[in-house]
Amino acid sequence: MGPSRQDPDARSRARETQRRLTRTSRAARAHLILTVVLGLATAALLLAQATLLAQVIAGAFLDGRSLASLTPLLVWLAAISVGRGLLDAGFEAGGRLGAAKVMAELRSRLVRTLLLVRPGTVREERSGELATAAVQGVDALEAYFARYLPQAVLAALVPLAVLAWTVPRDWEAAIVLAVTAPLIPVFMVLIGRLAERSTRRRWRRLARLGDRFLDLAGGLATLRANGRAEAQADSIAAAGESYRRETMKTLRIGFLSALVLELLAMIAVAIVAATVGIQLAEGALGLTAGLTVLILAPEMYMPLRRLGAQFHASADGMASAEAIFAVLDRPPAVAAPAVTRPAPRPDREPLVLEGLRFSHPGREEVLRGIDLRIEPGETVALVGPSGGGKSTLLSLLLRLADPGAGTIRCGGVDLCEVDPAAWRRHLAWVPQRPTVFAGTVADNVRLAAPDAATADVRAAVAAAGLAPVIAALPAGLETRVGEGGRRLSAGQAQRLALARAFLCGSPLLLFDEPTAHLDEETEREVAIAVRKLAAGRTALIVAHRPELATFADRVLRLEDGTITAPADALTPAMRERRSAPPPQRVVA
Amino acid sequence: MNAALRNAIAATRTRRRLLWLSVVLGAGAVLAAVGLLTTSGYLISRAAQRPEILTLAVAIVGVRFFGISRALLRYAERLVSHDLAFRTLTDLRARFFRRLIPLVPGGLPGLGRGELLGRFVGDVDSLQDLYLRGLAPPLVALLAGLVAVGVAFLILPAAALVLAVALLLGGVAVPLVARAAARSAGRRQAAARAELGAELVEIAAGSAELAVAGRGEDWVERAERSGRRLASLQRRDAFSGGLAAGALTAVTALAVVAVVAVSIPAVGSGALAGTMLAALALLTLASFEAVAPLGAAATSVDACAAAAERIEVVLDREPPLREPSAPRPAPDGPLAFEDVGFAYEPGAPPVLDSVDLVLRPGRAVALIGPSGAGKSTLAELAVRFRDPDRGTVSLGGVPLPRIGGEAVRAAVRLAPQDAYLFTTTLRENVALGRPGAGDEEIRAALEAVGLGPWLDSLPEGLATEVGEAGSRVSGGQRQRIAVARSFLARASFLVFDEPTAHLDPAGAADLQRRIAAFADNGAGVLIITHDRVALDAFDEVLELRGGRVERVGRGLPWIHGSARADDGGDGDRHGDPARRLGHGRPRRQRDVGGGVPADLRPQ
Repeated sequence: MGPSRQDPDARSRARETQRRLTRTSRAARAHLILTVVLGLATAALLLAQATLLAQVIAGAFLDGRSLASLTPLLVWLAAISVGRGLLDAGFEAGGRLGAAKVMAELRSRLVRTLLLVRPGTVREERSGELATAAVQGVDALEAYFARYLPQAVLAALVPLAVLAWTVPRDWEAAIVLAVTAPLIPVFMVLIGRLAERSTRRRWRRLARLGDRFLDLAGGLATLRANGRAEAQADSIAAAGESYRRETMKTLRIGFLSALVLELLAMIAVAIVAATVGIQLAEGALGLTAGLTVLILAPEMYMPLRRLGAQFHASADGMASAEAIFAVLDRPPAVAAPAVTRPAPRPDREPLVLEGLRFSHPGREEVLRGIDLRIEPGETVALVGPSGGGKSTLLSLLLRLADPGAGTIRCGGVDLCEVDPAAWRRHLAWVPQRPTVFAGTVADNVRLAAPDAATADVRAAVAAAGLAPVIAALPAGLETRVGEGGRRLSAGQAQRLALARAFLCGSPLLLFDEPTAHLDEETEREVAIAVRKLAAGRTALIVAHRPELATFADRVLRLEDGTITAPADALTPAMRERRSAPPPQRVVA
Repeated sequence: MNAALRNAIAATRTRRRLLWLSVVLGAGAVLAAVGLLTTSGYLISRAAQRPEILTLAVAIVGVRFFGISRALLRYAERLVSHDLAFRTLTDLRARFFRRLIPLVPGGLPGLGRGELLGRFVGDVDSLQDLYLRGLAPPLVALLAGLVAVGVAFLILPAAALVLAVALLLGGVAVPLVARAAARSAGRRQAAARAELGAELVEIAAGSAELAVAGRGEDWVERAERSGRRLASLQRRDAFSGGLAAGALTAVTALAVVAVVAVSIPAVGSGALAGTMLAALALLTLASFEAVAPLGAAATSVDACAAAAERIEVVLDREPPLREPSAPRPAPDGPLAFEDVGFAYEPGAPPVLDSVDLVLRPGRAVALIGPSGAGKSTLAELAVRFRDPDRGTVSLGGVPLPRIGGEAVRAAVRLAPQDAYLFTTTLRENVALGRPGAGDEEIRAALEAVGLGPWLDSLPEGLATEVGEAGSRVSGGQRQRIAVARSFLARASFLVFDEPTAHLDPAGAADLQRRIAAFADNGAGVLIITHDRVALDAFDEVLELRGGRVERVGRGLPWIHGSARADDGGDGDRHGDPARRLGHGRPRRQRDVGGGVPADLRPQ
């Protein structure tokens, strides 16, 4: 049992997520109803089983009845046994079904949020984690729906049923049960509070200790290079030992609530047995009634005890649902326009940015007033230090986010009044790290133009400088790439994205450091392709390196959220380029 | 049971006494519950014969005794089993870490990256489930089951036989069925899950591109289709899983019916006292607590076996190189590569073909080359993370394999590519270079890499936490901290593998100048880089190409360097005669320009 299961913060978070699941998911509500029905049936069978068993035993013992005369009752008992088995099977199967349905619902909402409501919201390194939560998280939800929830329902139903059954048979035992059962939650809450306060701080420290191993293993090459690996191996053993000692201290308190629960339950059963026994000896009670009460007494506490054990397992499972909710909770990236105007044409109208400001929630402002006018057909290079706001500016132009203040206009139309999807049809975007989707090379090139002819795909591939790479692939354009296929290098992926841009022929190009992470030779090839593509189109190129800036009409420097050095004097290379004939457009 | 799992279980060898203690306590807790119900059954039956109340006193005391001891035994058992799990886990972690040391980075092709190591760490940690849920419960079931059957045998042998059969059904057959159901479900669903998972990764990572390309709806539809495929498999598996779960409840209740059925004739014939009938029925009911956890145990053992196997694969790897039996101390003198060749696998095309390179104290050398040219391999050979296939790497004329690996790395300090920051303070992270270094030295090292102004801006100074794996500092700061680590080391040679990969050109030039300038302190500095900036600051610029090292401009590096050195400085680009002749201290353009580079500004 790791620290996470006992961590009080995680526990209250898990509780909140559970509540939210039931509130927001239709499948979860349907499952809750099913569970209550199964719970009611279980409680009824429990009472029938105890009563019949008591009748059989009392009949054979006191009345001396034969096996033959008791056989009908025994057959009934056997049938009830099978029935209880089936109900438990129903809990489990229903729980698993519910978990699968709820997870499918969450997944569907997640996919829609990611693709339609808030694209570009998840950082690349977190995508694997999120996908795991949305697929494997179903196992964890099963622990909640198939095991925790049934116990929670039974914990509410069974004690009441048992009590109702006991009162007419033996009211003294009923009093014992009625007094002790509510004590259990009361004591657990009291002890839980006590333990929580004393352990909260300790758990936090323990979580750090646990992470330490992960940290050391992750940096092992660095440790070795610095001659510190052996020393850290000793420290792992020492830290583990202190971890254990601390954890055991905490567990001694943490397990107290279970101890009290068990103690109360057991003592209550013992008192019931003694009470029933004395009443029997005094002749105040019949054996059948007494036995029924005795058999039922432990059942009164059973769901409560199981509930405690299942809670931790199900709380662990909530982490995946939490991860998904965290994404669903983010507000939409782009507010839906009140009145939709037709998308302006960036190939005919200038793009005008005025007083553009933007800040990511809870962080310093990234853009602090950008004023910029880009004429149709102009190529503008944007340089500046990393973190200066270049990528953010692109995401505003891509309508992946709304500006905090200021406007982006194209031909006098505020882009906030245009359907983002319609505006994006005029754009081609080459991000810093393009995604290679699972499928063939041709599928990938066709991303923004699914119906393009093969000849056009070939032309786009050639224009992007990707032809030699494709020629070397076993199945050429039909070679499978991405997950489950061939891995493309960063440079190849960049050129693939360029080929996409060539193929879709959009008039406005947005490039985000298309040559970052490339070595020099590849960089040169990509730069040539970018230059070809930009010819005759409007282009905004975020450039990290000088190569890409040399053929721009204007070079702007974006630093600290403002454009600081507008239109530097032309570099010699630029002048040279200017005098050369313009490159031809490759794909119309 | 596979060998890996056996080895994982063998890890409890040194803790055998604790394991037995937890088993005995666990069985005791189950048996106390059995005792409680059995005694109460007898108590009530005896009471129904209306004896003197006093004759019931023993049974009443027994009932209370069993009740209280049950709770205490369970508490003790939980503490002991957790203690055992933590102790074994600590042993396992330390053992795993020690075995991992010689394998990183050379011995785990493709597995050396932090994220993958993290996965192994998760596997090691998941083994605690084995000790907590997989190992003790079967032993507890065996012990408690035997005692319960034994007690039943003393009361009525026929009932004991029925109980034994029922316990075997519930404790062996049901868990096996549950495990088989879980396994086949896992197999069936694995492909569908993997496919859906891959699609979701794409969607999460490429959502912006899909949206811009106008393909969002298509991908939603695609994910829904894969989701439906998985859901239909899950529906089928839910029912088999459900039946496995319900089986134990049915077996338990049927066992009570069967025990009562065989006992009733015995009561009629007088072979069984009537008072014991209820006791036998309740004994049967209670003893199934012993086998209840076994279904979960079976599946957790399966999961642990898979984890154990993955760990074993790592631990079974031969370390890529052997330490000398009588290591020599690292001598003074140059670090030299002579005709060094290296290939990642035998038969594969060599990464390094024939490398010759000499690094002398006090000299700053830059090695440039395209990605994939084997630059990092060369760095790893320099600190003996790997041995060359051909030729020798030597220190002061002694081949590295004759010097202990630790001694080599004390003399030649490598700052690996993507240097790792540990989740601790800035001070600790820099002091990794030389444990015991004072705050003043650490501060000086940080100033030498240009982090002085940043350090001054930190309210907590050296005590600032850098965040999980350095997440609270920028990529550029991280690399400068890693360089500061090496500056602190007082090693004879410093090797930097791509120290400027995450810096913008101005920042890269600044840091490369600072690194080159460090050679003035007498250390031999080798910087491996693809950034052709500030190369004029180095005494020598080499290029790695086609597996060989070539001198760029043969002692006139500034000719090449200046072509790209558009990033400031008005240094001497005309060839210093002293430098050309290789005499005296060359004048290098190592002034570290004013102003704060962009990546050093407070984030």
